[in-house]
Amino acid sequence: MNINERIVADLVANKIEFVTTVPCKQLAGVIDAIENCPSIYHIPSNKEDEGIGLCAGAFMGGKRPAIIMQNTALGVTINSLVTLTQFYRMPLPMLISYRGELGEPVACQVEMAVHTKALLAQLNIPTYHFHRESDAEELDAILKYTFMCNKPVAILTDASFWKGY
Amino acid sequence: MIRSEVLRAIAPVISDQLVVCNIGLPSQELHMIDDQPTNFYMLGTMGLASSIGLGLALCQKEKVVAIDGDGSVLTNFGTLPTIANNVADNFILLIIDNGSYGSTGDQPTYAGKKTSLTAVAKACGCDNVVECAAKDTAEALKQALAGNQMTIIVCKCESGNIKVPVITMDPVVIRDRFMKEVARRNA
Repeated sequence: MNINERIVADLVANKIEFVTTVPCKQLAGVIDAIENCPSIYHIPSNKEDEGIGLCAGAFMGGKRPAIIMQNTALGVTINSLVTLTQFYRMPLPMLISYRGELGEPVACQVEMAVHTKALLAQLNIPTYHFHRESDAEELDAILKYTFMCNKPVAILTDASFWKGY
Repeated sequence: MIRSEVLRAIAPVISDQLVVCNIGLPSQELHMIDDQPTNFYMLGTMGLASSIGLGLALCQKEKVVAIDGDGSVLTNFGTLPTIANNVADNFILLIIDNGSYGSTGDQPTYAGKKTSLTAVAKACGCDNVVECAAKDTAEALKQALAGNQMTIIVCKCESGNIKVPVITMDPVVIRDRFMKEVARRNA
C-alpha cells in the first residue's frame, strides 16, 4: 500500500464514511484514493466552511465525517469550527496539507504557514504534525481519539511527509 | 407576510419533520412557535443551514427540511452547486427570501434587488426549483414532502421582524435531542 491507500485504509477502519475535500496539490493522491473508495461518500466542497457544515450534518445523520483541506483555508473555517463543531461538541478529523514548510516553492504559502500552528493552538484544537512517512502510523490512534473526545482534531501533513511537491 | 408569519403558517407542516433552522431570528421564531426535538437550531455560523441539511439528508433516510434565508444563501453561495451535484431526494431547502438581512436590522440583500435566487439555483444545476408567494409556502412544502425529489423552494415574503426571545437551550442539548430523534426514526 502507498501512503494514500494507507491513510484511506485507516479512515475506513475507523468507520469514516463521509469525506469532504477542497483540493491541494499535495493532497491529490489521497483525494483520488477517497474518490475510489466504495465505502466513503466523497463530497467536494467549494469552500472549507461549507465542508464543515456538511460534516456536521453527516455526523448528526449517524455517519462519521472527515474534512481534507489546505492550511491556507484555516482562516475561512474559524467561525464554523468554533460556533458549530466546538459549540455543539462534534468530532471532526481534519487532514490538512501544511503548505509553506521546508521545500515550499511558493513564497506566499509561507505567510499562512507561520500562523497555522498558532491559530490551531488559539482554537484549542489538538494538533498532530506528520513530517516523516512513519508518522502516519499514529493516524489510527488520532482518529480514535477524535471520536472519543468529540472535538475537531488537526493533522498537519508537510512537504517532507508527502516527499516534495 | 413577514418571515415569522410564514413560519407560523408552515409550523403544522414541518412539526413532525427533521428541520435544520437558520441562525438568528428564524431559529428563535421557530423555537417560540413550535419547539420540537426534531428541530436543529443554529445558534451561530451564518450560511451553513443548507450545508448541514444536505449532509444530514445524504447520511440517513428521513426527509430533511433546511430553512434558510436569502442573506444566508448569499453568504454560502457555493452550497447551490454542491446541492445540485449531490442529489438527495429526501432534502428540501426552503429559502425564505425577504430581500433583507432580517436578524441584523433589515439591511437590503442583493436577492431583493437584481439577483434572483431561483434563477441562480437553476443555473447551478438544481433540477426542481419552485418559487412561491409567502401565502403559498405551506402548500409548496406539503407538495415537496409528498414527493420524493430534492426540492428548493424560494418563498418571496416581506421584510420585517417581531420581538422574540433568544434561545437559551444549551447547544449540546439541542444537538443531542435532535440526534436521538434522527436515530429513532432511522432505527
